[in-house]
Amino acid sequence: MKQRRKIRKQKAHIAFVLNGEPCEVAFAPHKTLLEVLREDLNLTGTKHGCELGECGTCAVLLDGKPVLSCLVLGLDAEGREVTTVEGMQLPEGRLHPLQETFADLGAAQCGYCTPGFLLTALELLAKNPKPTREEIAQALSGNLCRCTGYIKIYEAVELAAAHMRGEKAEVAEEVVYGLKS
Amino acid sequence: MIPSAVAEIAGFCMQVTRTRDPPKSGRITATKPYPVHLMKNGSSKHLEVVGKPFRKVDASAKVTGQTKFADDIVLPRMLYCKILRSHVPHALIRKIDTSKAVAMPGVVAVITGKSLPIPYGILPVSQDEHALCLDKVRMIGDPVAAVAAIDEDAAFEAMNAIEVEYDPLPVISSIQDALRSPGSAHMDDNPSRTGGPQLAGENKEAWRIHGYGDHGNVHKMVALEFGDVEEGFKQADLIREDVFFYEGNTHLPMEQHAAVAQVDGDGKLCLWSSTQTPHYVHRALAKVLEMPASRIRVIATPNGGGFGGKSDPFPHEMIVSKLALLTGRPVKVTLTREEVFYCHRGRHPVLMWVKTGAKKDGAITAMHFRSFLDGGAYGSYGVASTYYTGALQTVTYKIPNYKFEGVRVFTNKPPCGPKRGHGTPQPRYALEVHLDKIAEQLRLDPVAIRKNHLVEPYSLTSNYLRVGSMGLAACIDKVVTASDFKNKFRNLPYGKGIGLACASYLSGAGLPIYWNHMPHSGVQLRLDRQGGVCVMCGSIDIGQGSDSVLAYIIAEVLGIDPFDIRVLTADTDLTPVDLGSYSSRVTLMTGNAALEAAERARDLLIRAVSEKMNIPATRLSLSGGRLFDVENPETSISFAEAVQIAEARFGTIGTVGSYTPPPSAGKYKGAGVGPSPAYSYDAAVAEVEVDPRTGIVRVERIWIAHDIGRAINPALTLGQVEGSVYMGLGEALMEEMSYRTNRNVVHKFPSLLEYKSPTTLEMCDVKTFLIEDPDPNGPFGAKEVGQGPLLPVPPAIANAVYDAVQVRIDEVPITPDKVLSAIQKRDEKQEDEGESANGGGTGITRGVEEPHRYGPKSVPEVDWPEPVRVKPPWDGGTGKEILREAVHARE
Repeated sequence: MKQRRKIRKQKAHIAFVLNGEPCEVAFAPHKTLLEVLREDLNLTGTKHGCELGECGTCAVLLDGKPVLSCLVLGLDAEGREVTTVEGMQLPEGRLHPLQETFADLGAAQCGYCTPGFLLTALELLAKNPKPTREEIAQALSGNLCRCTGYIKIYEAVELAAAHMRGEKAEVAEEVVYGLKS
Repeated sequence: MIPSAVAEIAGFCMQVTRTRDPPKSGRITATKPYPVHLMKNGSSKHLEVVGKPFRKVDASAKVTGQTKFADDIVLPRMLYCKILRSHVPHALIRKIDTSKAVAMPGVVAVITGKSLPIPYGILPVSQDEHALCLDKVRMIGDPVAAVAAIDEDAAFEAMNAIEVEYDPLPVISSIQDALRSPGSAHMDDNPSRTGGPQLAGENKEAWRIHGYGDHGNVHKMVALEFGDVEEGFKQADLIREDVFFYEGNTHLPMEQHAAVAQVDGDGKLCLWSSTQTPHYVHRALAKVLEMPASRIRVIATPNGGGFGGKSDPFPHEMIVSKLALLTGRPVKVTLTREEVFYCHRGRHPVLMWVKTGAKKDGAITAMHFRSFLDGGAYGSYGVASTYYTGALQTVTYKIPNYKFEGVRVFTNKPPCGPKRGHGTPQPRYALEVHLDKIAEQLRLDPVAIRKNHLVEPYSLTSNYLRVGSMGLAACIDKVVTASDFKNKFRNLPYGKGIGLACASYLSGAGLPIYWNHMPHSGVQLRLDRQGGVCVMCGSIDIGQGSDSVLAYIIAEVLGIDPFDIRVLTADTDLTPVDLGSYSSRVTLMTGNAALEAAERARDLLIRAVSEKMNIPATRLSLSGGRLFDVENPETSISFAEAVQIAEARFGTIGTVGSYTPPPSAGKYKGAGVGPSPAYSYDAAVAEVEVDPRTGIVRVERIWIAHDIGRAINPALTLGQVEGSVYMGLGEALMEEMSYRTNRNVVHKFPSLLEYKSPTTLEMCDVKTFLIEDPDPNGPFGAKEVGQGPLLPVPPAIANAVYDAVQVRIDEVPITPDKVLSAIQKRDEKQEDEGESANGGGTGITRGVEEPHRYGPKSVPEVDWPEPVRVKPPWDGGTGKEILREAVHARE
């Protein structure tokens, strides 16, 4: 009875490519891409740490480039290609090499920052298949992780890069057992 | 020995392990009888799961974004909650007008403190919080009113339409203010003269943040003396005093706290929350909502990082629960990053004074330690934190006579509580830097002074902590050798330095938070006739891998693949109580409970199969998903068949296991904080580069060795060590909870950008060694890893900074301005030859040439209570307090 709000259309309606598939969605026009993905499309794999563009947690790929989805308006995705962590898996449900190595080496502890790191690393490896540790650190410097100290993340990116180059890379013993001397 | 099924499922990772023989970690140390958890029926086997770098059981969910965190939960008809918080630091609430908010479109309910009048708090002695403040706010950020609305925007607008009138009260913003505020036993007649609060207070009670506590704004004072420190100082060749300050900092989990409450179809309340302690939240909800606990279900969602910051019951959890009950609809709240900063419960800022007597060879004869904790606006875990700042000094180096005095004060700032290391990184920093100074004064090697005076394994300390396995000597050797410490120390060029520090931490608190004799952890196991195994336990995975530890241990005992086990955790309706993911307790306590449940299940299977197949039980073993006759391995049945035989024999196969820590040796008042079933040990060497022109410290590399007892999973253990080093690095160099003073104690930078934490560009290289000295109290000998490795990092860095530029920074974080200030003062003094060489110093240790330093110069004068006196064990002590005629001075 107190709900006297005038009922009228208030939502914007856009079409874009989401994880390789056509997608249409309606949402309040002030919403960020982060909110549209999580709230209007139920893709909760994309996380948020600050919603102010400070932590990299909400990174997704927009036309192949990493962006902070909390700083992009949903409307700006119109007609473009968005990739989220849900779109990383390979056919038949196989994990992407980055996902495999993050899982194997413990690069995902709490897993909250992981989607942002994965997508940022994905773009790095797309443009630089054999990055040095310094290049990896530079590329991931906008993503905060409070669990890992980044070391396992570097090792996972390096190993995935080798696998993606088709090399038969093995894990150094110290990476999973620690140093012996 | 690795079952092929396991290898297939574990996939890539097993390629690493398949080629390996039983890992070296499988060794049993010869010196101490280690009750390895061999088959009780006498047969033994190599470990197939424990000690191997398996994936976490939830790893796939985490890398695919499928893990459901609290804010990922969406329910039909769900309302959104926003909480109005105080913008003043200390005031009486005169009036709250919610009428405008209630009338706004989309608003379904608005509540204030009147709806939730019952106080709560994590400790029984500190029930000082309200879900919504009743009549008084004690800090900026204190919750005052809450709104539930059909969407977040409507809730936000309505929240802003709530009008609150405050009557301001005097503000306490520092330890000194609190100690000297009117009403305190330490109040000076003229506070302004002594640097105390400036405002005139006509009413002493107006100055008081809480109506309880020791006196004034003193929340808790403790004093303990073990042995006779004065006598100990008499035996010393050197007595040294130092003052240190460890700034407060916060957990900064990437996931903001969130909770969803719903009244289920059966009328019961269900709360999903990002909490490390679902059991304590369950208890607090029952109290605050005045509902039977049986009508409340708390499900802890996987935590997107905790670090101690999600260990208290929080107002937002009570608020959404109440709103769900009032509206009959699901209600969700997700805190903003700024709100997370104000929830805090992080590292206490601690001012410390330490006086140590040492022999020429560095043997400590006595230590007197004082700590002053800035507790913030509420009790939280603060009483425990206070004791913790004095508890673990004794478990690394022998301290025959030890006295501790601690005081925690209330201030109008977000409350401090447990952060990774809970109350121990601050004194550890002080102790290790202090020891470095003593070594230098005695012209001893910093390695020798530590290594020559280590606490014996399997011994009692002066404060009655029972040390078990103790691998610190091995830890020191590893990092000293690997870092080439002996050649580098005092030999690196100006601007480069190397430093050493050691530490120890609990594997779980020996006593529960609320007094009881029940187990600290319970595990239920259900075996399905088709071979499935479900483990249920109240523990919650906060990223440390506790779900996986459950699976690994059960898989090891039952000889099955850990990835075949269904792990169901942290649901108060479905899982037995576990006290929570704090104090590094889960691997040891939950692990032992899981071990017991699994061994009972294994014994049922073996007994039934032994009877059925007429093979002696001693010959039967479970491995590779089969149960077989060890003397005739071709005779075997599948695990599922074994369960079927057992189910036919005994009925449904379910077992339970539980764990209660051994009773503590100390019986004195205050002995409840410090005891643990096992202590982990760490040694770290930091190599730093200091730019003397800017004061910027760059940590190049940290070598760290951690005595884990046994690594249940070495890869995950390394991850915990590296993560601890990272967090220690942040605390050492940049992280600080910093407030604007001048009576308006608002946080200076409650944001992820301006609260500095290490990014990839600041993180140093880490070289990690795991030392496996199995502890008889740990499952398979395992001890903790989540917290201990943080502790040696700040002092190792501080000692390295001194080695690099010869100034002491006796305060963390070691920011460039502090380093530069110390360097500049030293250089000014050196230019002015006439001045005494004894520079910026503490002014405490006299007669010695003291290096220049940056840090606090003194600690407040406090009228300490008579200490609880306890005779050490080697002096005929029983762990009880010495009875004395004199009563407490103020009683």
